[in-house]
Amino acid sequence: MSDLNQLYSEIIMEHYENSPHRRELKEATLKERGHNPLCGDDITIYLKINGDVIEDASFTGHGCAISQASTSMMIDLIKGKDKKEALRLVQKFIDMIHKKDVDLEELGDAQVLQGVSDFPARVKCALLAWKTLQDTLK
Amino acid sequence: MMDVKKIREDFPIFNVKPHGKRLVYLDNAATTQKPESVIKAMEEYYEKLNANVYRSPHYLSVLSTEAYEKARDKVKKFVNAKSEESIIFTRNTTESINFIAYTWGMKHIKEGDEIVLTIAEHHSNILPWQMVAEAKGAKLKYVYLDENFRLSMKDFEEKMSDRVKLVAVQHMSNVLGIINPVEEITQIAHKYGAKVLVDGAQSVPHMKVDLKKINCDFFAFSGHKMLGPMGIGVLYIKEDLLDEVPPFLRGGEMIDEVYEEYSTFAPPPLKFEAGTPNVEGAYVLISAIDYLERIGLENIYEHEAKLLEYGLEKINTLEYVKTYGPMDSKDRGGIISFNVEGVHPHDVATILDEEGIAVRSGHHCCQPLMRYLGVPATVRASFYLYNDFDDIDALVEALKKVRKWFK
Repeated sequence: MSDLNQLYSEIIMEHYENSPHRRELKEATLKERGHNPLCGDDITIYLKINGDVIEDASFTGHGCAISQASTSMMIDLIKGKDKKEALRLVQKFIDMIHKKDVDLEELGDAQVLQGVSDFPARVKCALLAWKTLQDTLK
Repeated sequence: MMDVKKIREDFPIFNVKPHGKRLVYLDNAATTQKPESVIKAMEEYYEKLNANVYRSPHYLSVLSTEAYEKARDKVKKFVNAKSEESIIFTRNTTESINFIAYTWGMKHIKEGDEIVLTIAEHHSNILPWQMVAEAKGAKLKYVYLDENFRLSMKDFEEKMSDRVKLVAVQHMSNVLGIINPVEEITQIAHKYGAKVLVDGAQSVPHMKVDLKKINCDFFAFSGHKMLGPMGIGVLYIKEDLLDEVPPFLRGGEMIDEVYEEYSTFAPPPLKFEAGTPNVEGAYVLISAIDYLERIGLENIYEHEAKLLEYGLEKINTLEYVKTYGPMDSKDRGGIISFNVEGVHPHDVATILDEEGIAVRSGHHCCQPLMRYLGVPATVRASFYLYNDFDDIDALVEALKKVRKWFK
């Protein structure tokens, strides 16, 4: 049970059920869809970028608790950051999920997703948003 | 009455305790577990008769060739085909269907022709026909379901015309469990001069299939969904089409004479089996069929019907679970697709897994059907001969826990 506690912690459920970032962003300058063809998780990330700074960000879509919460937490983290910093944090998150030693504090709420690394079948769900953002900003 | 406890003892996999729990294996539509006799047969093949087939005159080659041909004969009788020439070994159902698409399909389907499919088809019975349709300028037509989640025969008859050259239909749905009236479908299709391909991946392991009765032109199924090994599948081509279907792959074993510029082919079925075939897989398939016949396909079907009835009744008592499929268990295999309100199927499957329950979640390679049902994905529990009421009770109890996590 302790494993599931980690996977479906209160904070993850909160992001899943009541994310403040779940909306369309009318003034978005970048819009990117990401999906896991094998399981059907499907998200769209909206970014409003001014110069190098991500001024606003949001997402829409559907999928499991992990994919949706992870997306919401990522938006939390990258909003207000410049592109380079956002990409650095994305890499950090990906490293965490791949069980590499990273400084978790920097990842904010998203650090609670570390537990996903013990559920190999769910790693793709956690990474979907981050990989999508990486592809968009690169 | 089947003795499930005794049957379960034949399957070593049940010694595995996932997360320390009893294994409740409900993912049989994806693949089935293997009895000890089947596992032993794999070893036996390499210990006692391994050699390449049809080529060498030595002792072992004679043994392996005999074993391979015995497997063909076994399969022929198992599905009541008329002749051995009609039984072609492939890797799996997907390869069998692609085989017909690339050979018969590419040769005989022309611009303006139509291919009729059902909306519930597995991707493996959709994508090959999309390929043919695109290459040839043919059109795909889908038959939809009625209000009780069964194939609408009215819609089917409306889709049929002289333009239709092929009807490609599943025998049993891997999502809804519905068993389609393929005999009647074939009769109607033949009236219009269309050929019929039946995807039997889900039916052959769970019910008595009689190809003479169905009378379809092509039939495909996989060994691994019927207690056999992965990597061996079957394609049936009706006797009168064996000459009309060109070879799929070309190379060794399938030839008569080879010249610098052209070649002639061996008679069927060898003409369709280029290269060294999966002799081991075919040999082991004999053991799988032996096991199924010892229990009896009628008994297995009846047993799964009881599981289905019990499962539907129990699961439908949970007001936050929605099942998809006909409300009755008539002409329906042991498959229940469902969703838990407010919980994504992947989360359901992960929580069930913690309880030792193996189910599949996702679109089940049926995206058009999912779209038609208006759901992104479902959870699927699929039964086989080693499942019992306890497994269903375990599933229902675990679903109550799912609800607790997602209140």
